[in-house]
Amino acid sequence: MASVKLNNIKKRFGDVDVLHGIDLDIKDGEFVVLIGESGCGKSTLLRLLSGLEDITEGDLYIDDERVNGRSPAKRGIAMVFQSYALYPHMNVFKNMAFGLKISGKDKAFVNNKVMEAAKKLKIDHLLERLPRELSGGQRQRVAIGRAIVRDPKVFLFDEPLSNLDASLRVQTRVELGKLHQELKATVVYVTHDQVEAMTLGDKIVVMNKGRVEQVGAPLDLYHHPKTQFVAGFIGSPKMNFLKAKISQSGAENTQLVLESGRVIEASVDTSSLNQGDIVQLGMRPEHMALNCESNIVEGKVTLIEHLGELSYLYVDIGQEGEMVLKVDGDNQHQAGDKITFGIQPNRLYLFDHQGKALTRVNAHTSAAILL
Amino acid sequence: MKLLNRFIPSSGMRQVPKSVTVHAVLLAYTVIALFPIIVVVINAFKERRAIFRDPLDLPDSDSFTLVGFQQVLLRSDFGLYSWNSLVVTILAVGLVLLLGAMAAWALTEYKFKGNLLITFLFAMGIMIPIRLGTVSILSLMVNLDLVNTLTALVLVYIAQGLPLAVYILSEFVRTIPKELTEAARCDSVSEYKIFFCVILPLLKPAMATVAVFTMIPIWNDLWFPLILAPGEETRTITLGVQQFVGQYVTDWNSVLSALTLAIVPVLILYTIFSRQLIRGLTSGAVK
Ligand SMILES: Nc1ncnc2c1ncn2[C@@H]1O[C@H](COP(=O)(O)OP(=O)(O)OP(=O)(O)O)[C@@H](O)[C@H]1O
Ligand SMILES: [Mg+2]
Repeated sequence: MASVKLNNIKKRFGDVDVLHGIDLDIKDGEFVVLIGESGCGKSTLLRLLSGLEDITEGDLYIDDERVNGRSPAKRGIAMVFQSYALYPHMNVFKNMAFGLKISGKDKAFVNNKVMEAAKKLKIDHLLERLPRELSGGQRQRVAIGRAIVRDPKVFLFDEPLSNLDASLRVQTRVELGKLHQELKATVVYVTHDQVEAMTLGDKIVVMNKGRVEQVGAPLDLYHHPKTQFVAGFIGSPKMNFLKAKISQSGAENTQLVLESGRVIEASVDTSSLNQGDIVQLGMRPEHMALNCESNIVEGKVTLIEHLGELSYLYVDIGQEGEMVLKVDGDNQHQAGDKITFGIQPNRLYLFDHQGKALTRVNAHTSAAILL
Repeated sequence: MKLLNRFIPSSGMRQVPKSVTVHAVLLAYTVIALFPIIVVVINAFKERRAIFRDPLDLPDSDSFTLVGFQQVLLRSDFGLYSWNSLVVTILAVGLVLLLGAMAAWALTEYKFKGNLLITFLFAMGIMIPIRLGTVSILSLMVNLDLVNTLTALVLVYIAQGLPLAVYILSEFVRTIPKELTEAARCDSVSEYKIFFCVILPLLKPAMATVAVFTMIPIWNDLWFPLILAPGEETRTITLGVQQFVGQYVTDWNSVLSALTLAIVPVLILYTIFSRQLIRGLTSGAVK
């Protein structure tokens, strides 16, 4: 296995800048998830790592060796594609053995390797089948198997689960997690799905328009987003954002006024800002509670989504618009009900006009729902 | 298969009239296309007088004769002519397929200087008939000392067949997902092996299509054998048949028998390719 280091990596297609200088350190055996909006350059970055695309500028090190310009094979990487990319005319065994055979390994070795991987992935009964005779989940396993047999230094996954249906996706996700623990491999994993990112990643890299927005452990990103973009990206449903004006700034406590004149207290350090500055106030749906006594807001329920164990309440709070609350599934509210809810000051996030997060003071970092 | 299913009325009566029309048109076309061939074949088995009296009649006990076949097989070197035709056709088609697939792959997969120019030249090759260049080709062959060799024919036919082959195969190469070659590259497969082990097997149906399109004009060609290889040793079948067509008298029995015999090898080659051909023709359209 291996460590990977990216040093100011840039990519340009013609005169379109796609990646604007990516710095990243990936430790040996780490599971790194790249996440970001569509078109932000995740796949491109992965292809640069793999060597399928040339790096325009910057240095890429795998195991402290500079590998810019080396072919994919020589970098010791294996890639698993979203579309599986199995060779349609070869059966499962041949698909997995192809790379090894080509590189001149002897037959017994190849057989062993393939059987071992097939057992691990529970596809050893499918070895004679052609890809078109397999289900999506099975194809995905074969694609992963094809990567495993080569003992690569780094695994690269590009949205490997996005073609699977929801339940299979969860199952395969769990298996991928176990597989990673077993193989202790270095993995770079691209996904759209933040649940995948949170559950699988040792480290999450949030990308935005060809830049790294923030790197950190999953809970780190959840509790301490550095920017409004990250705050909005991590967590589901999305964090609620409201425009607010500072009426009293301070190092420990800040008083804000919403558009409607409501007053909000937040435990955030705003000593760098002045009275009257406009900020964005962030509130996670799971942190707002119906029986909370501080920062009380009233509104009208417009829609309820029941998920079983919990429900999402969409609440119209007047001038500021609509907010989402995550509440207990037994909640008896109905659309049209008037409700009041509140949020503790140390659960609030503030972002300045550039979208930068302001430091939270004794931030509450338990994710439990307050009920 | 899917294509056939379309013509079989499946959902109610509305489809029936359409299906009848389609079949009528196809049937009419088949009759028109087959008519001359049938006339050739039935007349090959008839006496000379019967051919002229009732060209459309089937041979009966009176008019039946195999004299034409005897003439062809005994008086001329029919075996040699067939062999020449076969060698030329198979070599030319084989090389057109191989080179065509390679060129198609290179032109679609790799970006290099002159890519567009070469593509353009191939497109020109489709539009400009090669016979316009006959004089230069002949003088070229004379200079290369290739007149009266099968090599000359093979070379010319490759040039004739290649542009269309490249064009058709390029279309098919484009339908092969890019990830497949990228996966192979990550699998440390060399570019050669990618072409031969991954791309070529996937192009098989398309190549069968191209094989048939390329094969027929080569087999039937009279022009280039007459000009480049008219010698006794290198005559192809179509040229060989011409010796029975005289300026004053034509030995129709022999001509028709020779033509009948000449159909056989093409028919065999065609049946070999045809199953693949249908797959190739439909695979692009029906996904
Ligand atoms: N070969 C190319 N030529 C020109 N531009 C490209 C090329 N490949 C990608 N791009 C551009 O680079 C940007 C990033 O693309 P990329 O595929 O990396 O996005 P992504 O983050 O993987 O998105 P998604 O989540 O939709 O897969 C896009 O704006 C895309 O249009
Ligand atoms: Mg992508």
